[in-house]
Amino acid sequence: MNPIPSITPAAVPAMSDAAFALTLGLLLLAPLAIAGVALINTGLGRSRSAAQAMLGNLALVAVAAIVFALVGATLTGTIPDVPAKAGFTFYAAGKAWNWLGAGSFLLHGLGSAAPQAQLALLFEFLAVAMAVLLPWGSGADRWRLAAGCASAAVLAGIVFPLTAHWIWAGGWLAQLGANFSLGAGFLDGGGAATVHTLGGLSALALVWIAGPRRGKFPKEGLSTAMPGHNAIYVLFGCLLALVGWLAWNAAGAILWLQAPLAALPATAINTLLSASGALAATYSVTRFRFGKPDASLCANGWLAGLVASSACAALVTPVESLFTGAVAGVFTPLLVEVLELALSIDDPSGAITVHGAAGLWGLFAAGLFAPQTGQLLAQLVGIAALLGVILPLVYLLFALLNRVVPFRVDPDGERIGMDLHELGGGAYPEFVIHRDESYR
Amino acid sequence: MKYAGLLVMPAGFFLTLAALALFADPPRRAAFVLCGLAVEAMGLVVAVRGHMLPRGENRS
Repeated sequence: MNPIPSITPAAVPAMSDAAFALTLGLLLLAPLAIAGVALINTGLGRSRSAAQAMLGNLALVAVAAIVFALVGATLTGTIPDVPAKAGFTFYAAGKAWNWLGAGSFLLHGLGSAAPQAQLALLFEFLAVAMAVLLPWGSGADRWRLAAGCASAAVLAGIVFPLTAHWIWAGGWLAQLGANFSLGAGFLDGGGAATVHTLGGLSALALVWIAGPRRGKFPKEGLSTAMPGHNAIYVLFGCLLALVGWLAWNAAGAILWLQAPLAALPATAINTLLSASGALAATYSVTRFRFGKPDASLCANGWLAGLVASSACAALVTPVESLFTGAVAGVFTPLLVEVLELALSIDDPSGAITVHGAAGLWGLFAAGLFAPQTGQLLAQLVGIAALLGVILPLVYLLFALLNRVVPFRVDPDGERIGMDLHELGGGAYPEFVIHRDESYR
Repeated sequence: MKYAGLLVMPAGFFLTLAALALFADPPRRAAFVLCGLAVEAMGLVVAVRGHMLPRGENRS
C-alpha cells in the first residue's frame, strides 16, 4: 500500500467565482430532496409509528453528518491531508488501484482547501445524509431508533466513504478510463451509485436481517396489505424531492462531470423528463393492473424516475432521459409486487426497488447512451462492484451490528406502535387508533 | 444458503476485476465482465431464496 499522486485535481480545471456561487446555491437547495424522502418514509409507514419515523429521519441525518465529519471524510479523501497524496493503492497488471482515501483528519484544512474541494465535501455530506435515510423507510414500524442510528454510523463511517472514494475522489472506478480506456471511467453525476444504489442495497440487507412486520405474511393466503398512513405526505414529498433533485443533479454535473454551466438547463430538463416519464408509465401500469391508478406506487414511480436521472441526466438527450424514466416507471410497480408477493420482502417505502433497482438501471442507461467507447463496460464494472462488494459488506456489517444493537423492536412494541413504545406519545394524539386486525 | 449466496457475489466481482487485469481486447474483456455479473446474479438469486419465508404450513 503506497499513497499515490492525486489524479483528480490535476484533471479538473479551476472553478470560476460564478460557477462556485451557482454550485453552492444549488447545494443549499439539495436538502429539499432529503426532506422529500423523509416525508415519503413517514407517510408510507403506519400512523402509530409516524413520530418515531420522522424523528428517526432527523436523528439519522445528524448521526451521519457527525460520523462522516469524524471518520468518513478522512476515508473518502476529498480533501487530501498532503496535496501530493490521494489515497492508498495496490498495483496489479501494471496499474494502480486506488481503493481508499487518505484525507485530512477531522476536516483539518477545510477552510484553505480549493473551492471545488470544499463544494465536493459539502455534496458528500448531503449525499451521506440521503443515503442513510433510505434503509430507514424500509425498516418502518419495526426498526428501533437506536439501531437505525447505529446503522447510519456504520454507513457514514465505512461504506459510504469507500464507495464515494472509488467513484468521486479519484478511486479505481473513477480511473477506469485512464487505466483501461473504458470511456471516461465510471460516471455517477448525481449519486445514483453512491447514494441511491448504496441506500437501496442497504435497505435489502436490513429487511433480510430484521424480517417482515408482524402479520405481514400470514401462514395462509396472500400477504397482508399495510398501506401507508398518509398519501399527502408521500405525494408532497415527491414534489419536494423534485426541487432537491434538480439542484442535486445540476450540482453533481458541475462537480463530478465537469459539465459547463451551459449544460445545466438540459440536465434539469432531463431530470424532469425522467421523473415525468416514470410517473406516466407507473400510472399506466397500475391503471391497467388494478383498474385504478395507485397513489403510493405512482409516488414510487416518480421517485424511481428521479433516481434513474441521477445517473444520466447530464449525459443523455431528452428523449433518452424520457425513455430511461419510462422504463424505471414500468418495472417499479412490477418489482414492488414481486418482492412482496413472491419473495417475502417487506419493504414499506419501496427503497429496494425505487433506489436500488432504479439506481442500477440509471447507471446502466448512462453507459448505454453515452457516446464514449467503453463507457458501458465501465458502468458494468461499477455495477459489479456495488453488487459484489457493497451488498455483502453492508450485510456483514449489519448482521454484526444486529448482535450488538438488536434491530427489531419486541413484539409488544410493534403491537402498540413505535411512537408509544419508543417515544411515549403518538404523532396524532387526538386521533382514534384503530385496532389492527392482523394481530388477532 | 443465504450466506452462500452472499459469498458467491464477491467471487463474481473478482471475476470482473480479473477481466480488467487479464484481457486487453474489448470483446474478451466485455465477455468476462458479463460472466462476473452473471455469477453475481446467481449469488443474489441464492441469497434471495435463502431469505424467503417458508410457505404455508412450514411457516413457524
